[in-house]
Amino acid sequence: MEAAARPVPRAVAKPTGEVLLEVTDLRTRFALRGSFAQRMRGRAAGSVKAVDGVSFSLRRGEVLGVVGESGSGKTTLGRTLLGLAPATDGSIKLEGQEITGLSEAAFRPLRKRLQIVFQDPHASLNPAMTIGESVGHPLRIHGIARDREQMRVRVVEALERVGLHPAEQYMSKYPTDLSGGQKQRAVIARAIILGPDILIADEPVSMLDMSVRAKILELMIDLKRELGLTYLYITHDLATAKFFCDRIAIMYLGKIVEIGPAAEIYDNPKHPYTVSLLRAIPEPDPTRTVARDLPRGEVPDAVTPPLGCSFHPRCARAFEVCGWESRDLRTLLEARWTRMPEPEYRAEREVIGSLDEMNVPSTSARIEPASGHTTAEVAEIIERLRIDAPDDPFWKGVAAIDTEGPAVSIRFHEGIEPRDVQEGPSRLQCHLYDEDALAAAQRDAAAR
Amino acid sequence: MSDVVLDVRDLRAWYGTEGDPVRAVDGVSFEIRSGETLGLVGESGCGKSTLGRTILGLLPEGAATAGEIRYRNRNLVTAPPKEVRALRGPELGLIFQEPMTRLDPLMTIENHFVETLKAHESDAKEKEMRRRSLDALGAMGIPPTRFKQYPHEFSGGMRQRIMIALALVLNPKVLVADEPTTALDVIVEGQILEILADLRRNFDTALLLITHNLGIVAEACDRVAVMYAGRIVEQGDARKVFAEPAHPYTRALLESIISLATTDLKYIPGAPPSLIDPPPACRFHPRCPSAMRVCSTKDPIEVSIAAGHVTECWLHGPEDEIPAGGEQPLEREEIAVAEEA
Amino acid sequence: MSSIGEIPGTAAPQSPEAEIKTEGPGGVRRLIRQIRSARGVPKWILYSGIAIVLFFLILAIFAPLIAPYGFAQSSSGGVDFPKQAPPSGAHLFGTTVQSTDVLSRVIWGARTEIEVVIVAVFFSLSIGVPLGLLSGYVGGKLDRGLVLVMDALFAFPYLLLAIVIAFLLSDKLGQGIITAAVAITIVYIPQYFRVVRNHVISVREEPYVEAARALGAKRRTIIGRYVFFNVIQNVPVVATLNAADAILTLAALGFLGYGIQPTQAAEWGYDVQRAISDAGAGIWWTGLFPGLAIVLLVTGFTLVGEGLNDILNPLIRYRRVRKPEIPGASPEADK
Repeated sequence: MEAAARPVPRAVAKPTGEVLLEVTDLRTRFALRGSFAQRMRGRAAGSVKAVDGVSFSLRRGEVLGVVGESGSGKTTLGRTLLGLAPATDGSIKLEGQEITGLSEAAFRPLRKRLQIVFQDPHASLNPAMTIGESVGHPLRIHGIARDREQMRVRVVEALERVGLHPAEQYMSKYPTDLSGGQKQRAVIARAIILGPDILIADEPVSMLDMSVRAKILELMIDLKRELGLTYLYITHDLATAKFFCDRIAIMYLGKIVEIGPAAEIYDNPKHPYTVSLLRAIPEPDPTRTVARDLPRGEVPDAVTPPLGCSFHPRCARAFEVCGWESRDLRTLLEARWTRMPEPEYRAEREVIGSLDEMNVPSTSARIEPASGHTTAEVAEIIERLRIDAPDDPFWKGVAAIDTEGPAVSIRFHEGIEPRDVQEGPSRLQCHLYDEDALAAAQRDAAAR
Repeated sequence: MSDVVLDVRDLRAWYGTEGDPVRAVDGVSFEIRSGETLGLVGESGCGKSTLGRTILGLLPEGAATAGEIRYRNRNLVTAPPKEVRALRGPELGLIFQEPMTRLDPLMTIENHFVETLKAHESDAKEKEMRRRSLDALGAMGIPPTRFKQYPHEFSGGMRQRIMIALALVLNPKVLVADEPTTALDVIVEGQILEILADLRRNFDTALLLITHNLGIVAEACDRVAVMYAGRIVEQGDARKVFAEPAHPYTRALLESIISLATTDLKYIPGAPPSLIDPPPACRFHPRCPSAMRVCSTKDPIEVSIAAGHVTECWLHGPEDEIPAGGEQPLEREEIAVAEEA
Repeated sequence: MSSIGEIPGTAAPQSPEAEIKTEGPGGVRRLIRQIRSARGVPKWILYSGIAIVLFFLILAIFAPLIAPYGFAQSSSGGVDFPKQAPPSGAHLFGTTVQSTDVLSRVIWGARTEIEVVIVAVFFSLSIGVPLGLLSGYVGGKLDRGLVLVMDALFAFPYLLLAIVIAFLLSDKLGQGIITAAVAITIVYIPQYFRVVRNHVISVREEPYVEAARALGAKRRTIIGRYVFFNVIQNVPVVATLNAADAILTLAALGFLGYGIQPTQAAEWGYDVQRAISDAGAGIWWTGLFPGLAIVLLVTGFTLVGEGLNDILNPLIRYRRVRKPEIPGASPEADK
């Protein structure tokens, strides 16, 4: 019934090509501009660990999806791979050759093999150059196609290949004369004209209309087949990733929390974050009203991420060793107060002094009563907090509560940094699947 | 069934240009009842944002409107601008897409609320205002301890929630949400949709949810209206429209959605038409796989498919209005692959 | 809480195309397109400015043909010109105390002004724009250093600066056209530098510049082809306003005696200075005409600059937008 529906064969099942890109413990950090006062004193203001120890390999012929929300570091990862952002640590090997730390001049010839398609089709093309000039520019830059005629031929070929037909018509147009989808096609043409091996696609369709996305995705699949491309597909949209990718890596706050074959990720997601991402996708099917069990809170501050596992404050299955700390207590208190009517909130808030101490991440939290109130009152609030939701994972993390003395102090179990564990065909970072962590948690629980 | 709170009849909103006008909204009719959520879907350039702004009287200088927007026995199209302005806030609320650009970076959240309440309810008492503000924020999950912070100290999702709280604290009867979750991540989007769902349950605010994302329409809306080239081509109960779309555009749009269940890639050939010079008769006919001869010659007439489910499409009649031979398939040239894409 | 969205490239996914396209083409094409489509007040400002400037240009270029006498000529055919004679048939604008023809001096003066100013503005531009491009794109120490120098220059009252430079240079180069031109050049470099640098800093972050880097373009290619054409939109406006300013500066230099020597060329400012002592004696023609010429030419350039500015950077978009007539619409009830 659709004039334009053709069942597109899904990407080839198992690409058995050699490893094209090997990334090991890659880190990219951005220093922050501090406040004026900080800069005056010459003090650094902290840094954002945008990519915080990422490892994976990309094989020839495969499509690896990198999925994450904003702040996950996925875009920075893409840019680091291309040398557009400097890697602070770790290694990237392109067919065995180390490419981190290369100078611009040394990197230049490699760009023939490694290209990128950006997210915003409206801003990726130089408004002062025609489509023909833009798409042909890589040839100029790398000194391929010496004379005009040769260049024209290759540009026409690239334009036709991406479906901009008749190519001659598009060559003299400027980007503003084209629609979003057409611009994206031109950007793809520019990326493939040098015949790269690897194409990094950073959210290539997220800014296009629904009815147009399918066209561009189809184009990318066709090009993969025709040109033997290998893709790194960066997106926040798990639905398009499912369609397009062979393997998927889920990123959260700079780390890969789960990576495995696409089928496995969708049918049998293991990491709680992966599970929530999948559940959160709105289905265009009103007959299904599945409870979504969304994780609470939001992606935390990347400058001072949560201790232990970065996802623990939001995880419904967190337990003893996930990295509980003082800030989690503050979050819980605030959540309680959010639900309370105002007068009761005021009453409780008065009892407690400053909350700022709890902002410093630490495995022990200290709450001082405000002047005119006692430690016992504070302890009572904490107790009420626990009674309201005794099953909250937070309480598993509490090792001891000390109500003697001038302040209530709460000690948490020591958190363990998550490490890579293999679970079936997937690799993930989650204590739920880590034998050692589970054992440590049992010991902690027994000691409580 | 609750009362109709907003009744729009044959609404038009045209923008002036140096040449011919842009007919962004070109004859749109629908109604919303209190407590109901109507989803207005369409792709870019269909006029849905303009429609939202027209209802609130927020069109720029060079725009003209015609038709009726009946709200509480008033026609907002012909009412004096002063009157409409007075309604904005306490009766008609609006949530924009980019919350950061709508919150004053120099004012604390507390001041935003105080200002809003004072502006519309000059006799509000300090204590009462505080209570209502904190309640509204609490309903959105914003802790009271952050009441005195500045907008930049909040994340995008929280800012959007603050915007919703600001809109709700005045208890408007009608709330227009223009792409409220488009700039947000999927989990935050889910959280906000949950909040909007609570809205339906606990208040009787009528919500017009404007979006291009059909997924959230399915989740959050009671009814849906599909917009194309300035007109509503189909509207009805959300479940029914999704299950049995009547208009070919709705059908094609639903099929082009890529969800976890997608096995084929489908798209609609061609491009959405220019709003300055839309195609004659049925505006979708150049791209419609089932187009007939009549579709390019005669304006389609609204037909009722089922209770509350209407569409304007010759495929559904009325048959006695179709001239002889009009049912023959329409011949047209192949639409080039990249004409839109 | 630090804003994660500030990390380059991690913007949250945004909505599809805006309904009404507001972006325009980049570079020179946009300039021409906008000028062509200008209407109303800005158009007339621009056109009248162009008319005035053109008039003086013609005077300047065809001075030898138009001016009845030379700029220092005090006699013709053996007959001396009268001294300080009022306007008459022979001398339309009268004569000066040195028996030179005022009209001729005004016309030859136009040549001087136009020559010096156009040369000076051209050189200012040629130094200021590339420096701005480089500084804005490269950043770092180079940028900081240049900004410091430029800000210092800019902070100086421009006339004072011009005088100081002219004074300093008059030792080496002698007082004359070159000295005046160099002084004016230096004074206006910071303007171009700033305007271009600021624009470059914002363009530098645009995706298409990053895309150019990803393609492997060399820095000079990026600056030349990707950045340059997209930042020069404001330069013509700055140039015309600078020209207006420069004429005043040149005239001021001449007025103060630091400008061009009377033996080298005619100069309006010098003439006005000379005319001061005449004014007391009721001799008005020696001062009025050069003065008027200054005012007119400055106004001309200013009109061009302001007209261009209104067209290219409208603050309030004044476009001939007619509120459309919707057929069948009932007339609005209460207003």
